[in-house]
Amino acid sequence: MARHEGRGMASVNYPIGMNLGGDPSQALIHSNPEGKFTVALSAIDLGQGMKQVSRQIAAETLGVPVEDVFVDTADSDTGPHDMGSFASRGTHRMGNAIIVAAREARGVLLEAAAEELEVNAADLVTDGRGNIHVRGAPSKTITVKATAQAAQFKQGKTIAGRGIFLIPLSAVDAETGEMNPNTAFAHACLVADVSVDDETGEVEVLRMTSAYELGRVINPRMVEQQLVGGAWMGISHALYETPEPYYPSIEHGPRDFNEYLMPGPGEIAPYHVTVLERPAPDGPFGGKGPGEMCANPVLPAVANAVYNAVGVRVDELPITPEKILRAIRANGGVKPGPRRGGPVNWR
Amino acid sequence: MAKTPVQFRLNGSDRAAFVDAPETLLNTLRRGLGEFAPKYGCGQGTCGVCTVLVDGEPVLSCLTLSVACEGRHVETASGLADGPELHPLQAAFMDHFAAQCGFCTPGMLTAARALLAKNLSPTRDEVIEAISGNICRCTGYEPIVTAILAAANAPGARRA
Repeated sequence: MARHEGRGMASVNYPIGMNLGGDPSQALIHSNPEGKFTVALSAIDLGQGMKQVSRQIAAETLGVPVEDVFVDTADSDTGPHDMGSFASRGTHRMGNAIIVAAREARGVLLEAAAEELEVNAADLVTDGRGNIHVRGAPSKTITVKATAQAAQFKQGKTIAGRGIFLIPLSAVDAETGEMNPNTAFAHACLVADVSVDDETGEVEVLRMTSAYELGRVINPRMVEQQLVGGAWMGISHALYETPEPYYPSIEHGPRDFNEYLMPGPGEIAPYHVTVLERPAPDGPFGGKGPGEMCANPVLPAVANAVYNAVGVRVDELPITPEKILRAIRANGGVKPGPRRGGPVNWR
Repeated sequence: MAKTPVQFRLNGSDRAAFVDAPETLLNTLRRGLGEFAPKYGCGQGTCGVCTVLVDGEPVLSCLTLSVACEGRHVETASGLADGPELHPLQAAFMDHFAAQCGFCTPGMLTAARALLAKNLSPTRDEVIEAISGNICRCTGYEPIVTAILAAANAPGARRA
């Protein structure tokens, strides 16, 4: 028995959003009489942090404190229309819609403040701390709260905004079949180091190292947690998970979480991520989105590392011990590839 | 079928319910008593999201009969905070981004609480062992392990 180490690499150019009949998102924003804003969306936050990112984008555009913005994703029946939280489109599509809505709401907010201060709305600026004042004359000031109350009870104005961001359907060229379904691309490269046991066929992911280019990172800690959690899921898809291990046969399929294999906390692979920021011209504040690409490059990188370690190409997921042992036998034994790269020195 | 009265302490308060004999503690907590911190996940004792403490021991409430809890003390993740003051474990979970969708979080917190009640300076391996019955789909576990280790070293970690 011997354990063989191998290194594999994969890179990904990942399109944000989709284009099946166009890809619209809407956002509605309104202020209550206290000067607190609600952003209504129909796409939901399923843990990736969309609410927080939406809140930051809205607050930054409105010019109010982030604490004064709430995001309501309660009901897709009554909320503004959205295609949904998938295709890694949340930050990019909803963020852009929120900016449009927030600009309109900010315009009304400043008009209402201008009426109270008896100045031109074009001369007003916000300080991001809940105040509006005349540019260059900070003493000529009114709070967002007082403005919202005046709009509601004196002026009869709704401080509100509507936003939509639409990627229209891309036509298909009749002759070439060419179309452009994508707008923003994010990029990543990931290196996986594995150890393969040639007696049991077991693969251990020793460590992973990656670089992700995601446009502007709107919330760094949330991006990091998404990348770390997504990489775990990538390992799980690469080596463990399947509902039908002998597809298309359903034989030996898992019936519960005892049999549906996933790596547990004991199988955590050390993971080092570097995030690069190159703001996207069409992204909200330059943001694109990590989303599904957190997991994607892990699968081919692990498959390549297994090939490098023992010389077998397993091209069906997950790469189970059985598949590796059968492939090694068919290949006439273990045939390790050349060791790639220098010593691992990132920790 | 005749209902059976059962009384136990829930996070320090006396509670009572009429239950069917085969009713699970999870069902009594969620449907009978409106205590929604423990979640219904697999219902088979394999995912850990329904973990509660009974007399300080972590149990899977989806496999525990309510009638077996007569006179005992049931504690859920709702009992961790002291009014507005978060338990060090909760604060550490926030600081270390140990939750994404949050569905596993009450079970993780409860498993971690049981560990720290017995062992205030656990090793990384002991933390991993303590949460190995709890499945998390989002975080990759690393932030959860980090948070529990941080809470173990925080002041007030042992508070019951």
